[in-house]
Amino acid sequence: MTQLALVIDLNTCVGCSACVTSCKEWNTSGEAGPMTDMMPYGEDPTGTFFNRVQTFEIGTYPNTQTVHFPKSCLHCEEPPCVPVCPTGASYKREEDGIVLVDYDKCIGCKYCSWACPYGAREIDEKQKVMKKCTLCVDRIYDQTLPEPERKPACVLACPADARIFGDVHDPQSEVSVLIREQGGYALMPEWGTKPANHYLPRRKQEMHIHADELERADNPLSKEDLKIDDKDITSVDGFGGW
Amino acid sequence: MHPAFSVIFLTTLIGIGQGLFLALFTGQLYALAQLVPLQDSETFYAHGSALALVFLIAGLIASFFHLGRPERAWRSATKWRTSWLAREVIVLPAAMGLIAMYGAAHYLSFTKPLFTVSGVLPVDLTLLIGLAATGATFALFVCTGMIYASIRFIREWATPLTIFNFIFMGGASGFVLATLFSLFEAPELVALFGFWAIILTTAALITRSISLWRNANGTPKSTIQSAIGVRHPKIVQTATGAMGGSFNTKEFRSGSPASRVRQAKYLFMLLVFIAPLALLALALTTISSSLAWPLLALAFVIQYAGLLLERWTFFADATHPQNLYYQSM
Repeated sequence: MTQLALVIDLNTCVGCSACVTSCKEWNTSGEAGPMTDMMPYGEDPTGTFFNRVQTFEIGTYPNTQTVHFPKSCLHCEEPPCVPVCPTGASYKREEDGIVLVDYDKCIGCKYCSWACPYGAREIDEKQKVMKKCTLCVDRIYDQTLPEPERKPACVLACPADARIFGDVHDPQSEVSVLIREQGGYALMPEWGTKPANHYLPRRKQEMHIHADELERADNPLSKEDLKIDDKDITSVDGFGGW
Repeated sequence: MHPAFSVIFLTTLIGIGQGLFLALFTGQLYALAQLVPLQDSETFYAHGSALALVFLIAGLIASFFHLGRPERAWRSATKWRTSWLAREVIVLPAAMGLIAMYGAAHYLSFTKPLFTVSGVLPVDLTLLIGLAATGATFALFVCTGMIYASIRFIREWATPLTIFNFIFMGGASGFVLATLFSLFEAPELVALFGFWAIILTTAALITRSISLWRNANGTPKSTIQSAIGVRHPKIVQTATGAMGGSFNTKEFRSGSPASRVRQAKYLFMLLVFIAPLALLALALTTISSSLAWPLLALAFVIQYAGLLLERWTFFADATHPQNLYYQSM
């Protein structure tokens, strides 16, 4: 069983929204489009997006961290949005686990959006059907594209390489290794929706320097000033008697 | 959640229709047990069923305004194995059909007993259709309630109380209308229906009060910490990922300040339960006077207005975990 998904590294995401714009560009003109904007130049602009980058501030100044948090459909392994759909327009693909909406069957009742705890679905104000991330299903299998480009548009656009695409069911895939070794986690695990997309946590890089790394106890230059007996000097490398 | 008027009208109107039919059939069962005199098939049962159908059809029409693509509504019956919404789409017309058949059977006077149970209970066609329609009516209440109760993410809805509220409030409004209707068509049944209207309104008062208390007390399962996976007590959102609003900032909020939602709760408690109970009690003590019908009409209108407000609050009061991702604008 294949389960395609994204791994999003919050440690490297810089919140540039390149994934948002490239997603919109690819999908609005692709099979999943159009992604309608309403009053884009008006006072209260709104529109359909499959992917948004949100920003959170953690902690109290001065001990704060800014976390940029890209959010799109998580392609849950137990998608709660699928069984509630009365028409079968919302479905999960057997072959690769992508959750999709059939725009020709959707009646725009919004019930699936109520059943998604992540707010991953958005109704298209113009087409009046529910829309969501397709993992660029019209791109990742496109044989006319060169092999390295058969990835979701957001992944290709990310300048920080914070978005990694792959099969989370294959234990040796890049995404699986990252989840396993870099502490990848799922959002709102309390609902048992088993999101396929995972997030890698913020990891603060700290350098630990011990005093004897700055000044070797057996440094010959300082040794000349020492008045104590050689026997008492503990050495890090066992060649203290130099 | 955003209160959609289409759904508010759908659930309240079909509630009246369902309750009115249940009242009619209750009248027939009482007559069968010879507790009340048998009513005229055409003027009472047929006209009553037609009135119930009017409300059911009005509710069905209202439901279409909820759909973005109403022309595809026929598709919504396909996934009945998993979706309570699809089940409702099937059960609603089925209940309507059975109630129409019930009215038609009475209108055509198919009241000759087909067989007799234990030599004392004559069973005719109207009784059989009525039983089936009663089953469909209750199934419809369960489907409507489960559409909301089955969404486990919305804490305020995910409780069996939701179904009981739909049954008792729909039943109450239907029986109040039946009391008013019987004042003109079957004066012998006014006391019976009025009595049941009081019981159902009281039952609804109890279950709705419990659900209000339950919703006010309790903690949401999801937190901002579990939503973004950062373990820190202080997390403040600084950007939602949209300059203006989006579907996510509109659909999952009431759009009204919390104070207005709170006021609506007090007001609907008064309009749905307290005022109709007082008016019903007053009307039942003055059945024979000319005051009875204005009192009952007032009780029905006030209760329906209250039910619209109650359903509005049902949505406005519901919180959705996705709002954790859309806290600041």
